[in-house]
Amino acid sequence: MSGKMVEIRWHARGGQGAKTAAMFLAEAVLTKGKYGQGFPEYGPERRGAPMRGFTRISDVPIRRHCMIENPGIVIVLDSSLLDSPAAGVTAGTSETTVFLVNTTDAPATVSKKLGVKGAKVHTVDATGIALETIGRPIPNMPMVGALLAVNDMLSLDELKGALVEQLSSKFSQVVIDGNLAAIDRANKELVSA
Amino acid sequence: MEQKLVALSGNEAVAYAFKQARPHVAAAFPITPQTEMMHKYAEFVANGESTTEMILVESEHSAMSAAIGSAAAGARTFTATSSAGFALMWEVVYIAASLRLPICMAMVNRALSGNINIHCDHSDSMGGRDAGWLHLFSENAQESYDNSIMAWRIAEHMDVRLPVMVNYDGFIISHTADALYMLPDDAAWKFIGKYNAAYTLLNPEKPITVGPLDLTDYYFEHKTSQMAAYEKAPAIIQQVSDEFADLTGRRYGFAEEYKLDDAEMVMVLLGSSAGTCKDVIDEYREKGVKVGLLKLRTFRPFPAAYLAKVLGGRKAVCVLDRSASFGGQGGPLFTETRSAMYGQQVPVHGYIYGLGGRDFDLRQAATVIENLKKVAAGGEIADINLLGVRL
Repeated sequence: MSGKMVEIRWHARGGQGAKTAAMFLAEAVLTKGKYGQGFPEYGPERRGAPMRGFTRISDVPIRRHCMIENPGIVIVLDSSLLDSPAAGVTAGTSETTVFLVNTTDAPATVSKKLGVKGAKVHTVDATGIALETIGRPIPNMPMVGALLAVNDMLSLDELKGALVEQLSSKFSQVVIDGNLAAIDRANKELVSA
Repeated sequence: MEQKLVALSGNEAVAYAFKQARPHVAAAFPITPQTEMMHKYAEFVANGESTTEMILVESEHSAMSAAIGSAAAGARTFTATSSAGFALMWEVVYIAASLRLPICMAMVNRALSGNINIHCDHSDSMGGRDAGWLHLFSENAQESYDNSIMAWRIAEHMDVRLPVMVNYDGFIISHTADALYMLPDDAAWKFIGKYNAAYTLLNPEKPITVGPLDLTDYYFEHKTSQMAAYEKAPAIIQQVSDEFADLTGRRYGFAEEYKLDDAEMVMVLLGSSAGTCKDVIDEYREKGVKVGLLKLRTFRPFPAAYLAKVLGGRKAVCVLDRSASFGGQGGPLFTETRSAMYGQQVPVHGYIYGLGGRDFDLRQAATVIENLKKVAAGGEIADINLLGVRL
């Protein structure tokens, strides 16, 4: 069961859209015939406070409803969380864990900061991309675009199709176009160690 | 039946199911601890997707009171609550059942204060277990949706005519996006059907009195007739569930029996932790450990005879409660299950777990199975054990 399942943990600050991304991805993979489960960790909800989100993706229905302790992929939307032991970015990770970090730093710098031996670290300036494409520092969707550069759970076109379908009723065309552009750019601009 | 695969939170799934029943009235307190379920439903109404009349009130006590007035007037009625909201409804929750009003309620199971906690446990609904409602429990978004479709048929059946609460775990299910199959609106409507109230407050041709003074002369007789409805409820629940299985392919009974056929050891529990246990049970099964799971769906009516039969002859049984009964003999599911097993030589022990949303993880499920193995081999264990707590 766990062998076929991808488990993703999101680390972010309130307001960066990690909850939306964690749940959006769970829905987007349905188009591919996969099953998804997405949930945030709820607490005192404050803009700027550290928070975590979780996404499971599997070829078979997902039955477990517990936190993700040993994520295969860790996505960090706010690089200041790397300096906070309480954020627990490396908790439960191993040398097979893939890290995706929103930062202007190089993967080697982040890798050193994380201190996890052998883990694959990728970086992308998702906030910069979001500012240029969406006009707001919301790095969630660019990070999903970057994720698809290291995992083939969805193609870029499938992701963008799901985004248009899910967000059309909630956001203006300008916002959607900005997100689509952000996804493309982050997917291309991801830097790997 | 063609069903659409969607990803929705438990709250959204239940809101859709209730919308498909085309209720006349929804009465609700619109502020926390109310959940997104009612938020979503209010959106349907605001967008013109539902003609339900929303009555937004100043407290849960008023929400249930308004639901009672509405149902007594003959309207198909629902409400939703959670945690302290249910506690505030307390007095009128009994009245809904005593008046035999088929109100449906989404019950997002969350802890009670104090201290202040917003997360999942079953303390809220368990406090109202003797109030006379039928309690259906759900493991995931799919079951929350399915129970919310079937609830109407069960509540409104003339042999039952009792309010039904659909329980699903706060946050773990209510706020998690999960894949589920949904019925098309017309198919759901065809299954649920139109509600015809037998007696209504507003029919001058057939005048009735509702909720009069009922003292030493007749109160006891009325309670006895109320008790009789719970005797009839199991057959109706099964009948409705079988019809639902014919329509959807998803089969329900009083419980889900997971790998029970040859199980020597059985875990009994309610709600979302069942899925986590199933994954761990599969791992143990690969190692040849004969362990299975019985996930109860109907806590009220409590299927005692069924449990006695299914659990009889096993080497060890344990019961997991996501609520405490302070000063009692373990959690409510444990005491009732062990009582159902009275006279059988099957060792039954209990756990309290997951209070206030404490994560029930794979390790805890494994601990439970390891303990079952010890008991099955003749070992001793305390009646009541704690899981996942720092001591």
